[in-house]
Amino acid sequence: MSRVHIDFAGVTKSYKDRIIVGGLSFTVGPGECFGLLGPNGAGKSTITRMVLGMIPPDAGKITVLGVPVPARARLARARIGVVPQFDNLDLELTVRENLLAFGRYFSMSTREVEAVIPSLLQFARLENKADARVAELSGGMKRRLTLARSLINDPQLLVMDEPTTGLDPHARHLIWERLRSLLARGKTIILTTHFMEEAERLCDRLCVIEAGRKIAEGCPRALIDEQIGCQVIEIYGGNPHELGALIRPYVQRIEVSGETLFCYAPDPEQVLVQLRGRTGLRLLQRPPNLEDVFLRLTGREMKD
Amino acid sequence: MWERYVAALPANVWNWVAVWRRNYLVWRKLALASILGNLAEPMSSLFGLGFGLGVMVGGVDGTSYIAFLAAGMVATSAMIAATFETIYATFARMHALRTWEAMLCTQLTLGDIILGELAWAATKSILAGTAIAIIAAMLGYAAWSSVLYALPVIALTGLAFASLAMVVTALAPSYHYFVFYQTLIVTPMLYLGGAVFPVSQLPGAFQQVAAFLPLTHSVDLIRPAMLGRPADSVGVHITALCIYAISPFFLSAALFRRRLMR
Repeated sequence: MSRVHIDFAGVTKSYKDRIIVGGLSFTVGPGECFGLLGPNGAGKSTITRMVLGMIPPDAGKITVLGVPVPARARLARARIGVVPQFDNLDLELTVRENLLAFGRYFSMSTREVEAVIPSLLQFARLENKADARVAELSGGMKRRLTLARSLINDPQLLVMDEPTTGLDPHARHLIWERLRSLLARGKTIILTTHFMEEAERLCDRLCVIEAGRKIAEGCPRALIDEQIGCQVIEIYGGNPHELGALIRPYVQRIEVSGETLFCYAPDPEQVLVQLRGRTGLRLLQRPPNLEDVFLRLTGREMKD
Repeated sequence: MWERYVAALPANVWNWVAVWRRNYLVWRKLALASILGNLAEPMSSLFGLGFGLGVMVGGVDGTSYIAFLAAGMVATSAMIAATFETIYATFARMHALRTWEAMLCTQLTLGDIILGELAWAATKSILAGTAIAIIAAMLGYAAWSSVLYALPVIALTGLAFASLAMVVTALAPSYHYFVFYQTLIVTPMLYLGGAVFPVSQLPGAFQQVAAFLPLTHSVDLIRPAMLGRPADSVGVHITALCIYAISPFFLSAALFRRRLMR
């Protein structure tokens, strides 16, 4: 068994004249949680589909679980679990029947699937929904069922495309907690997201993608220190340009995003002194996070 | 390129069963409505044309018109059931429902999925075709044993029409395009294929076209069986239906690969 679970080497893909993935290289080791971070349309989904062998690259080499992809992707997929961006459960079937049908896709016998269903239902906290039709489940429950379904073949690697998009905060936290328990069990995860918080909480390492190219890579903490490295003050409620001129001498860098002013300030007290006495401003001083890194690297708001 | 095409073909001879069983599991929930829906059209044709026209036509080929028509309706119902299952239900599973997308994330290949869908559509043909044959036998228009002989032909007919429709499904951008296949191919075949009246009634040029149509081969096998007569050139008809079942399958695999895996 190779020591690297996913290896992309100089992978390129374009449709007509548009480059979707441009010379992308990265590796994901066993037990690692690797994040692909980027705005919508950056090529994240294309990359995950390439991992599964569903999109052949124009150039470059992809190896997944020691197997060349897409040439022998079927062998790799037998040991991969997938959480797709959009739920594709069978709505007419019950929770149990969904797992049964899916297990059979992996050549499991009815008895083999039935043996693992209780633990999967427990993992997804769906024990008392086993015989409910999927159409009756909430969005969070469907997502948890999709997650449970991805584990049916006891995969070594999980490929997740925006696993928590569209969920409410409660449901999202529950999924995060479940994903951490999978990492504790030694599973390797590659996930795409545009939630900075998700990437920061879960990922050991991440790769920021823009227009199919890697613009930064590293562990979240190191990226934040390296790219920002100081306190952040968010200012809302005033004229961002006028305020910017006022405090510019006291900060390292200013970023305007919509009506909010982000000040990267090694000495935040200085800035607060300048703003004292001004009414109608709302100030928030906080440690830097990945969102700041993202804004810094892409130099603008997230495209949506 | 060739290597990728081969990778999209069935991985082994049993993988398709999982796809068939998934469709069966879903169908079981709506079985009654589905059976009635599949039977309604051929039944109304059988009784409407059979009794109505039958009085005027009298006998055809030395038998009553309704007995003649019953065999045609068995083949037709198999054609319709397989075609509609493939162009509507399979298209939905491939497109809007994302069922195929889920399957493609497992160790199944595209070929396994297509094969499972074809087998499922053929199963629906067997249900529809056999039901008409049984009703014909109950009314005395066919021998009971003939139902048994017709069964493999009904299955092969279903497979051939599912396979043809699979090519259309692979090419259609949306549901709207299926109406062309229905009105330009399937409905004319009903009249050209000898289901409703003998092919010998057609003008010469049309008779030559009819000789190539899959429905003609199906009718030429089912009708003698149901009327208790010896069939001519059985080998030719079976070979023709097999070609219609097999070659579109390989074409559809190539088309789906281009559509879904790029």
